[in-house]
Amino acid sequence: MRRFHVFGFDVRDFVWTFVMYGLTLTAVAMLLWPLLTVFGNGLQVLSWDFLLASPEDAGRSGGIAPILVSTLGIVLVSLTAALPLAFGVAVMLTEGFNPAGWPATILRCSLDILAGIPSVVFGLFGLSLFCRQLELGYSILAGGLTLACMILPTLARSLAFSLESAGVAHRAGGAALGLSKQSVLWHVMVPVALPGICAGVVLALTRALAETAVLLFTSGYSDRMPESVLDSGRSVSVHIYDLSTNVPGGTLNAYGSALALLLLLALLSFTVHALTRWMQRRMTGNTTRSL
Amino acid sequence: MTLLTDEVVAKVHPTKLRGWAFWSAMSMLALLGAAIVFLIVAFLLSESFPLIAQGGPIRFFTDEGWWPRDASFNMTPMVLASLYLTIGALVVATPLSLAISLVTTFKAPARLAHVLRNLVELSAAVPTVVYGLWGVSSIVPIVNIWSPPGASLLAGVLIVALMIIPTITVLTQSALQTVPTAYVQGATALGVSTSQTLLRIVIPAARQGIFSAMVLGAARAIGETMVVLMVCGNIVQVPTSLFDPVRALTANIALEMPYAMGDHRASLFVAGLLMLLLVSALVAVGEWVGMRQRKMIS
Repeated sequence: MRRFHVFGFDVRDFVWTFVMYGLTLTAVAMLLWPLLTVFGNGLQVLSWDFLLASPEDAGRSGGIAPILVSTLGIVLVSLTAALPLAFGVAVMLTEGFNPAGWPATILRCSLDILAGIPSVVFGLFGLSLFCRQLELGYSILAGGLTLACMILPTLARSLAFSLESAGVAHRAGGAALGLSKQSVLWHVMVPVALPGICAGVVLALTRALAETAVLLFTSGYSDRMPESVLDSGRSVSVHIYDLSTNVPGGTLNAYGSALALLLLLALLSFTVHALTRWMQRRMTGNTTRSL
Repeated sequence: MTLLTDEVVAKVHPTKLRGWAFWSAMSMLALLGAAIVFLIVAFLLSESFPLIAQGGPIRFFTDEGWWPRDASFNMTPMVLASLYLTIGALVVATPLSLAISLVTTFKAPARLAHVLRNLVELSAAVPTVVYGLWGVSSIVPIVNIWSPPGASLLAGVLIVALMIIPTITVLTQSALQTVPTAYVQGATALGVSTSQTLLRIVIPAARQGIFSAMVLGAARAIGETMVVLMVCGNIVQVPTSLFDPVRALTANIALEMPYAMGDHRASLFVAGLLMLLLVSALVAVGEWVGMRQRKMIS
């Protein structure tokens, strides 16, 4: 290979290294810029009063209390609906079906396709099925159910993964005691995999909190305090969208809401990390000791 | 007395009964979970079919323009806008993601690599609407100084690129990790400089994984709604320059769905169906190539 040396100094290597670090630095600056902007602007408005007050003047002033309540409602509905389905899918994938058989293959394929569907398509589906066909209208319930479809693949995959990583040793141990398959699952595998399962649930929660396009035309726009799950209510993400595009002069409060959302997501991600680490420790610690 | 043979006891034993109930419940739940994707396709098809049947699928590219009230549904400008946005975002994001991945995997000291990886993961969790908000209030005014109105293809490309950098970086990193260390050690032993090892040996060895990362990034970019809705200006036209405002296919669905009726509504479901097909095809290609990368090494 030819080399370009000046006084024993490899010029080409230097140039490429320079380019690589330059690009990395650009990327880091690009990634940090929005985060710092959100922090800088958001800190000006974010306070307890902001979180506990109702929005006034279309959101230009006041706070985001009803919006937080709506968001909580939407997310709770979606988790309640998605969790049993995801658990069923995960159990059948890891314990029920033969992993090479056609039912497992179809199930896995359908999850993969579901995971790739763009969120706006979920919105169309939710509008057509939940809002119109089932006559739920623009409501927290309709939005939550649509979101449930969207987070199902994430949730099912992480549940299946944590059940799988609970390991052969626990399963064989349970079987050796003469327990039935469902008792092993329920009394051995699920308790052992619990930190992993919790991590999966919190991960799905972050997905649900970050979503906007799905909720734009399923859960409605109302910024009043919702009284039931059949009321219309906007999530924090929809509030940010509305303030920044439809309300002139709402940018600062949009940043405040964005900062609140980011802090919540950061807290949840931290929880995921802690739970995952607990799960790993439990797996490596227990199995090596018992074997 | 002979009524209670072992066989009969075993058959009605509560454990067996409970087992049967448990597994049928789990199967039903799994069936329902698998059915959602078929339900989505069925709904999109049934809502869009009346309009597709009226003039064949070609009409969506040959009609006079996008005037949904006058039954003219030409989606070409919006499809092109989506494609330009995706290709532009890939062109911007790929070199940056590749650089971060190479630096974190091979060059940087462990602590710096750890910090960089955490930054990438953190950015991956940022909601797209927050990127949109930042784009509207930071990038659009800057583009506006340069060439009004600011809300443009360029702004969209930059912000979508930023949004897919984490996706591409994470996937590229795992592709680079599949390259056997023996390749790198061998090259170093032969006296090849670090940059040449990375450019001539590591990148070619991981090229399928990198390609897969790009395709999956493209799938994410083309399906993205909020950013393109907020920063691209939303004017239906084929862009002639980077500074022209455009309307992407996904943004169009989000904009017109709340009030669309009849054929107009059906046309939006056609757009949704098109989006679903495009993204599924991209994901399938990306996953397939990515699998080949993982197989090639192991």
